[in-house]
Amino acid sequence: MNAYDDLQGLAERMDALPIDIAPRKVSRRRFMQLTGVVGGGLMLGFTLKGREAEASSTFEPNAFIRIDADGILIHAKNPEVGQGVKTSLPMIVAEELDTAWDDVTVAQSPVDEEAFGFQMAGGSMSVPMNWDVLRQSGAAARAMLVGAAAKQLGVAASELATRDSKVIHESSGRSLHYTELADAAATLPVPEADSLRLKDTSEYRLLGRRITGVDNEALVRGEALFGIDQTLPGMKFATYSKCPAVGGTVVSANLKAVKALPGVVDAFAIGGNEAVGLLPGVAIVADSTWAAIRARRELKVEWDESNAASDSWSAVTAKAEELRSKPGATRPVDDGDADAALAAADQRVGAYYTYHFASHAQLEPQNCTAWRHDGIMELWAPTQLPGRGRQAVADLLGLDKPKVAVNQLRGGGGFGRRLHNDFMVEVAAIANRLDVPVKLQWTREDDMSHDTFRAGGFHQVDAGLDAEGRVTAWRDRFITFSRDGNRPVSGGSLSPRVFPAGVLANCRYEQTALEWKTPCGPWRAPGSNVFGFVEQSFIHELAVAAGRDHLELLLEMFGEPRWLAEGDPRALHTGRAAGVVKLAAEKAGWGREMPGGRALGLAFYFSHAGHIAEVADVSVDASRRVTVHRVTAAVDVGPIINLSGAENQVQGSIVDGLSTMLGQAVTFENGRVEQSNFDAYPMLRMANTPALDVHFIESDYPPTGLGEPALPPLAPAVCNAIFTATGHRIRTMPIAREGYSMA
Amino acid sequence: MLSLKINGEEREVDDADPSTPLLWVLRDELGLVGAKFGCGIARCGACTVLLDGAPVRSCSVPVAAATEGEVTTIEGLADESDELTPVQQAWVDLDVAQCGYCQAGQIMAATALLARDPDPDDAAIDQAMAGNLCRCGTYTRIREAVKVAAGRAWEARKASPARDGGDPA
Repeated sequence: MNAYDDLQGLAERMDALPIDIAPRKVSRRRFMQLTGVVGGGLMLGFTLKGREAEASSTFEPNAFIRIDADGILIHAKNPEVGQGVKTSLPMIVAEELDTAWDDVTVAQSPVDEEAFGFQMAGGSMSVPMNWDVLRQSGAAARAMLVGAAAKQLGVAASELATRDSKVIHESSGRSLHYTELADAAATLPVPEADSLRLKDTSEYRLLGRRITGVDNEALVRGEALFGIDQTLPGMKFATYSKCPAVGGTVVSANLKAVKALPGVVDAFAIGGNEAVGLLPGVAIVADSTWAAIRARRELKVEWDESNAASDSWSAVTAKAEELRSKPGATRPVDDGDADAALAAADQRVGAYYTYHFASHAQLEPQNCTAWRHDGIMELWAPTQLPGRGRQAVADLLGLDKPKVAVNQLRGGGGFGRRLHNDFMVEVAAIANRLDVPVKLQWTREDDMSHDTFRAGGFHQVDAGLDAEGRVTAWRDRFITFSRDGNRPVSGGSLSPRVFPAGVLANCRYEQTALEWKTPCGPWRAPGSNVFGFVEQSFIHELAVAAGRDHLELLLEMFGEPRWLAEGDPRALHTGRAAGVVKLAAEKAGWGREMPGGRALGLAFYFSHAGHIAEVADVSVDASRRVTVHRVTAAVDVGPIINLSGAENQVQGSIVDGLSTMLGQAVTFENGRVEQSNFDAYPMLRMANTPALDVHFIESDYPPTGLGEPALPPLAPAVCNAIFTATGHRIRTMPIAREGYSMA
Repeated sequence: MLSLKINGEEREVDDADPSTPLLWVLRDELGLVGAKFGCGIARCGACTVLLDGAPVRSCSVPVAAATEGEVTTIEGLADESDELTPVQQAWVDLDVAQCGYCQAGQIMAATALLARDPDPDDAAIDQAMAGNLCRCGTYTRIREAVKVAAGRAWEARKASPARDGGDPA
């Protein structure tokens, strides 16, 4: 077991979580296990901190809420990396608390999983994992405030209503602000969760509205918010150089010469610790970031690469080409008899799809600040997974976990990269040698050469059609990678529920993993971000082969409205799927006449419990220059928490999908990444951004997350449109590899 | 010792190597952390500040090259009464940001654009903002916010023509 496998295990558990935590069905005990909270008088995070016995001017009914004479504070428990949870999670509390949003101050919570439960930005899980507990937290506090007001006003609690941070006695016209009730409410017992009445969606005043992000004003003023902005008195600045091929170790380095350079405080080699994700390297500590970066240009390291990665993209491409005609090693899905059904089909269609590795390229390069003081190691970390980082640092330094303190800072983009806390263990290893705080700063080149990459992959897909053009068989031979020769890398794990499993009688997914040493990790909508391209492009190929309308074929494949996993509200529901596909088609004007060289393309994908369809309006010229005029998205993730934030996530996922599909590829030779910065890893710019049209179906199911699921349908929607416009089928990503560019 | 004029103030910088990028002087020496480090090669725009009103990539401008001019960073936009500029306010009202890391650079580029062209069309906006990447993909909101800010700036000028010395008509 090492840190990468651990991360991969987490990703797999995240895949499993949706099944386990179906919020309306889960037992209290199971819920508490999943969220890491045990004990306490109530569900999750309800700790009274001994305040019930003493008179107090602060009302803290649980970890999320603090009310005193000065105001109302709500803690945002999960890391903010752009997915909007620092706003949306407190909104859920505020709705049930019945407080005016303008009265609320939001603060990033401490990293304390005993008080707040599992703290993570990942898997689009923040809303679904916390929906119940946050509503209960707000409702419990509200009930206590009502109880306090009832005593104070000498009326029954049943005569009181709440609104805009006030308890109101309608018949007498009297009201008390929550801040006036904090003292009294703090002395009341916390009610049992079962006794709380939660609002019906029709009673919502805050949820579903457009609320601007709580950090927006600080952001536009350029105030310190991000990991990179952290400063401490006496702080030094560090860089850390690792072997370009992962696994290389330090033999020697010209440390003496580097230490003599201007502004350099120290330079030293650090041995690796694979269990916690620390790679060997050389640290340079200096008086400023630039002094460290400048000194690094003079650093010369001799690496021992005898155990380092020698991964080669050209080699695995050739190997996959050999393997695609042979049966795969395993069968993650094997329903019916796909081979027999293929043999019996009236028409057989086959295609070979490939996609490259990709980098997270979050705009804030990795960084972290640490300070060893008073027997503890304290860190300021822009991480997506602070609890894991804390444990890794404790393990690295041989400290008890309480001796490692983590301050959660905003991350300049995450996309899964900050689930792996290599920057935390690196800075801890450096700070452990110093008596002053130190900020570790990666360069963009460090970031792109030492990512936890989205894995590339290869799919030989074959399907059968009957005489009526119905899909009768599906077989996907998926070739991916493994670091340990056994378990597929993150993003290479196939869920047994991958579509069209569940709607076809004869469906098989085969899987073979090639040896690969460079780390791979979760990248926004892991697996789905590439499987969607293959699956939804190929279904369009089938529609073309059958001479049928794509929309009609897709709806036929969904069939009758039903859950594909009975009793699981986080499974694919074919009725919800059909609903978004129809809505996107209708809003985009599916079937209308288009000018030459211009067409609509459709795709649907289900991931992270979100049902999403997208239609792209695309034109292509004779030089394969593409204009994406408009993308219409229809989204069913249940009730919307923050309409502005939700819409922003869908808009951003579409742009991200387009950017990645178009030109982003990471290639390897001799274990080295061949791209080092944005000049070789192009990102979409404003001029190429399509008009974006986002529609929500606010179905009455528990809300699910939206950081990821709107990305996977984009690439197939655009590529299907390109086919319809030109007759050329794209079967590789990025499409620049087939000569396409943006007009 | 180098002397810089930043946000209307003279600032002294001790021991700065004249070739140090302006970005790192702002961030590490002067505590102005609004401009961000993204790529170090002037390809992402996260470090954008204004030099004599024109957007520059501070990661690639040696500090010595900035001593002659006036530097404006995002910290210098809001006026003395602490009121946000129309550009900043539009960014808040339209909830433009996701992670927000690129947005200081975007706001500086937009501020420079509107100073030059108070009513830009889409093509002018796209061109002026072409040097600023947004990894989260908030481009449609950025474009909209620039237009909202342009409209507001127009309204503000109409309301108090004396403020910038001209009648907008």
